[in-house]
Amino acid sequence: AQLTVRDALNSAIDEEMERDERVFILGEEVAQYDGAYKISRGLWKKYGDKRVIDTPITEMGFAGIATGAAMGGLRPICEFMTWNFSMQAIDHVINSAAKTFYMSAGLVNVPIVFRGPNGAAAGVAAQHSQCFGAWYSHCPGLKVVAPYSAEDAKGLLKAAIRDPDPVVCLENEIMYGTAFDVSDEVLSKDFIVPIGKAKIERVGKHITLVAFSRAVATCLDAAKELSAIGIEAEVVNLRSLRPLDFDTVMESVKKTNHLVSVEHGWPQSGVGAEIVSRMVEGPGFYYLDAPPVRVTGADIPMPYAKTLEDNSLPQGKDVVRVVKKILNVQ
Amino acid sequence: LNTEASFDTKPFKLHKLEEGPSTSVTLSRQDALKYYKDMQMIRRMETAAGNLYKEKIIRGFCHLYSGQEACCVGMRASMRSYDAVITAYRAHGWTYMMGVDPAGVLSELTGRSTGCQRGKGGSMHMYIKNFYGGNGIVGAQQPLGAGVALALKYQGTDGVCLTLYGDGAANQGQLYEAMNIAQLWKLPVIFICENNGYGMGTSVDRASASTNYYTRGDYVPGIWVDGMDVLAVREATRFAIDHCATGKGPMVMEVVTYRYSGHSMSDPGTSYRSRDEIQEVRQTRDPITGFRERLLSTSLATAEELKDIDQEVRQVIEDAVKRAKADKEIGLEELTADISCNPIDTRVRGVTAFDTLTHRRLGPAVNNH
Repeated sequence: AQLTVRDALNSAIDEEMERDERVFILGEEVAQYDGAYKISRGLWKKYGDKRVIDTPITEMGFAGIATGAAMGGLRPICEFMTWNFSMQAIDHVINSAAKTFYMSAGLVNVPIVFRGPNGAAAGVAAQHSQCFGAWYSHCPGLKVVAPYSAEDAKGLLKAAIRDPDPVVCLENEIMYGTAFDVSDEVLSKDFIVPIGKAKIERVGKHITLVAFSRAVATCLDAAKELSAIGIEAEVVNLRSLRPLDFDTVMESVKKTNHLVSVEHGWPQSGVGAEIVSRMVEGPGFYYLDAPPVRVTGADIPMPYAKTLEDNSLPQGKDVVRVVKKILNVQ
Repeated sequence: LNTEASFDTKPFKLHKLEEGPSTSVTLSRQDALKYYKDMQMIRRMETAAGNLYKEKIIRGFCHLYSGQEACCVGMRASMRSYDAVITAYRAHGWTYMMGVDPAGVLSELTGRSTGCQRGKGGSMHMYIKNFYGGNGIVGAQQPLGAGVALALKYQGTDGVCLTLYGDGAANQGQLYEAMNIAQLWKLPVIFICENNGYGMGTSVDRASASTNYYTRGDYVPGIWVDGMDVLAVREATRFAIDHCATGKGPMVMEVVTYRYSGHSMSDPGTSYRSRDEIQEVRQTRDPITGFRERLLSTSLATAEELKDIDQEVRQVIEDAVKRAKADKEIGLEELTADISCNPIDTRVRGVTAFDTLTHRRLGPAVNNH
């Protein structure tokens, strides 16, 4: 069957609301408008005002209220219309949600999901195009997932809602409408993708490409192109940024001896920086036949004009170029 | 001795309310002795905390509640067992009132294993059932409290969340975001402004364009209370709880009080106010002295009885100080305990790549079901 990322997210929320009375969703336009990006479509009609709640445009207020509700025993899903707006509320994500369990010596856990579209959309300029993967995965106490496919989206969001800790779910607007072939298992109400486990999206032997979210598609494009010239790239879809499944990356590099990380976020202190650091500061260093390399968004605020925007984000051809350079292939 | 006596409180000021609490209040002898003891316990506990700080046994932040005792004691007296509280960083008194004994508070301040958070939270991060903490971020507790209220309502209880903040935090934008939502959704939350006159060293009139904090919820009904009178606080709280618990939505309560100490231990508290001002409050408005006089003048208690309570309190605090000094800090194996309720990867990186520590689960995790 085919399933879009949007429908995968929608059914994940629907199924978990059906399963657990404590689960509810709040955010801007999630109810009567059916969701700014239609992720919550139909839920208000099905569950009503108590469990599908429109908020005013006050991120700090509703993120704080959602976090307090989680402390009080509920399972809120707090939708940020986009993650860009979460900067207004980041204190509650970090200081209120992520740290409380530790500060309270294991008394008050905070079972909340913060979710929404992350990363660059198309033609929306600098304030609305930014990846928060590095920001949130920096913080202990949070779990951070970043689905790529419909399978990821459904399984990770369901796992996030059931998890007793705060989880940040970084979706991608561009991917919402993309349909994927999925198995019957994915459509089942019991389908879960475990948080903290990466997935090998494509098996290869010459080089390891590590990515998350939409950058996985970038890697798969590149792998296809590379295959035509005899280079078989292994593509690791991280799925979770915290905990980060470095074991899977390591196992892959043991086989390929080459590593490239690909992300849409900025280079400095990014997710790729973390992956490369982990590889070279430990035994992974000795498995490498060439320096590990990052492919990232360019180090600039996102421009509006199409040509400029296209050149701000990594594309398949950029990954191909880097891989050829590393493998010393013309 | 009388078993009961009546008193008049200062008039309450009302905002968007037809009627307020009664200014004529009745006090039983039993309650009188309890309030007196609790206020003395907090006063002594804070004095002890101040001394431990000066001895450099308490580290970092330490904000004392001395002078404000009538606020938490009066509010607690009207709370039901299932009502909740969240407050700001001046949290020691509330922690005691919600059920942590003075040794649990003082040992937390000294960072020892028998502290209420095993020394992992410190002065501003103390928790117990229905008490969602002190909070170190000025203003963050305001929407959190509204959220706890949302949970109480969602779960079908008539519970109310008392959400406290100082006059400083009264100017934080997120308070008004929370009030707006609370009024729209009729959340059972009392936004309680403990107005002690100063946000750090900035007096209310230098920080707030309107110092009538009880009116600053605009569309949210408000009430002004003499926060140095435990009975006025008790009556106003009962009134506010009743308002919130019966589905009328939130309420604002301004409790006017005073802190004797500086903002924190690093503040002598004398550059932005005069010693005379502090002395004057101590002599004319002290919540404990005033209450004591009331008990004696109405024969609710004898001087001897109150002296015995003072003695008992002194002993409890002395013992608590001893324990807070003698206890050990938790072991390093707990450094990585309870970062997550459901730790998926139990390996935690230490300060180098060669230090892999192991996550442990110890706490009860009240929402893990």
